[in-house]
Amino acid sequence: MSDVLTPPVSTEDCSSVPLKPVGKVVAVTSGKGGVGKTFVSANMAAALAKRGLRVLVLDADLGLANLDVVLNLYPKITLHDVFTGKAKLEEAIIKAPGGFSVLLAGSGMVEYSRLTPEVRHDFLRIMNGLVPHYDIVILDTGAGISDVVLFAVSLASEVVVVATPEPTSLTDAYATIKVLVGQQKRQTIRMVINQTARLGDGRAITVQLQQVLDRFVTTDPTKPVKLIHMGDIPADPSVRQAVMRRQLLMQSQPGCPAALAVSQIAIKIQDALMPR
Amino acid sequence: MASPNSGTFVELQKLRLDDARALLRQNATLALPDTFDSATEYLQSVIDGLCELSLKDPLTGLSNRRQFRTVLDRTIDTVARTGDPALLLMLDIDHFKNVNDTYGHQAGDQVLQAIAELLASCLRPMDTVARYGGEEFAVIVPNCHAYFGQAVAERIRKSIQDLSIPIFSGGEIQVTVSIGGAFAPEWVRSTAALWTERADLQLYRAKTEGRNCVSMDQQQEIFVSAEEKNMLFGHLALGDPAWIESVAGDSQSGNANGSSQRVN
Repeated sequence: MSDVLTPPVSTEDCSSVPLKPVGKVVAVTSGKGGVGKTFVSANMAAALAKRGLRVLVLDADLGLANLDVVLNLYPKITLHDVFTGKAKLEEAIIKAPGGFSVLLAGSGMVEYSRLTPEVRHDFLRIMNGLVPHYDIVILDTGAGISDVVLFAVSLASEVVVVATPEPTSLTDAYATIKVLVGQQKRQTIRMVINQTARLGDGRAITVQLQQVLDRFVTTDPTKPVKLIHMGDIPADPSVRQAVMRRQLLMQSQPGCPAALAVSQIAIKIQDALMPR
Repeated sequence: MASPNSGTFVELQKLRLDDARALLRQNATLALPDTFDSATEYLQSVIDGLCELSLKDPLTGLSNRRQFRTVLDRTIDTVARTGDPALLLMLDIDHFKNVNDTYGHQAGDQVLQAIAELLASCLRPMDTVARYGGEEFAVIVPNCHAYFGQAVAERIRKSIQDLSIPIFSGGEIQVTVSIGGAFAPEWVRSTAALWTERADLQLYRAKTEGRNCVSMDQQQEIFVSAEEKNMLFGHLALGDPAWIESVAGDSQSGNANGSSQRVN
């Protein structure tokens, strides 16, 4: 497999260009903000790191990054400095508490929140530099379906859509999936349902989403879109506690139900990316 | 201290209203009343007239840039709140400089006025038509679904192409327009500036593709219909065990192993 990423040519029309799959890159996206995308990215990274993998989380929410807030890390050198050529890529990579690496966007990235040819070029350059050094690179994308988000997702071989059971979150997740299917011709999308009230709720939601997709989105029955339910993360007071204390749940309360759920999801991700 | 609303008396005679009156006499569509019951009423009509003037383009009577900006911001708010798609069209008259150079600026003005009139007549009252700049117009079309966007723009383009504009020196001239369109992004964080820029980019594309054509930003295929939403929210009936069984029955083995076997 080649480690060189190819840009999906034009982001305005990704539809005509088949996506070149790149191993080891997972995009975590959601549609709606505030559903726990960064929480899932960071804790999944910690869980994978615990399993002995070299993991890097890239804050791909260039405009409104908050991985730094979640991890309580404020490095001097960030992705912004790499983009502007003030620092080398290696200098911006730091160790997060959970035993994985992070590349934080840093403030001042608002100017990169739009996908100009330069941003695309810089992003690709950085990804090409990163991918060979890690087992898994997780792209924590921004909310919404902006062209930057779509571009980041297009670089990933696997995409995880995080949603909560709320109608707004589901609508936005569904809209995101629609775009990923339409523009990037994705046929497999992995679902994580966060903050579920009961065991089984998440799976029921994924099944429901699948039915809506089958009815409204799948046009070619020979190319069905398949949602893969990666797991539910139960609503758990420990999560709020960890977030407020700005700790990783996997570190502060590794035995709580939400952390156990994240561990299960991490195992499935590993199995998907690196079949044993 | 009197607050502005606490019935402070204003002596009308002492106000210097001449400039305002002159301005309104010359321009206003809203004439000042000849008789009025109170000073307040009179002053109110002066203020209303001035407000209206400050929002209009003097040549065409369309909304001016200021009004356009206000409506654009308001539309973004509405889209964010309701999710109703809204379309922004940017129009530019093709080779307008040639009109000015060949027939003179007065003819140019007549062309601008004719197009303004046509735009106002072929759009709904709820739409906002603005003169954006020299020969550039902007149209905000709220509540416009993706599949209508192209049709609306195309109708405008065609009507203008078919329009014969009489000019002062006799004779008629015809012009064409290039149109760029972009929908207010429902799911994308956006600003008025970004939205305008996306429409502008499409206008530029229409120009480079040979003019007298429409180019639409394709991003708005993301529309989620009410029918889709209804079907999505089936889980809101999660409290109903029968529903859970019907939707997820075969996968509800009740333990985590059972579930993961199914996905793998």
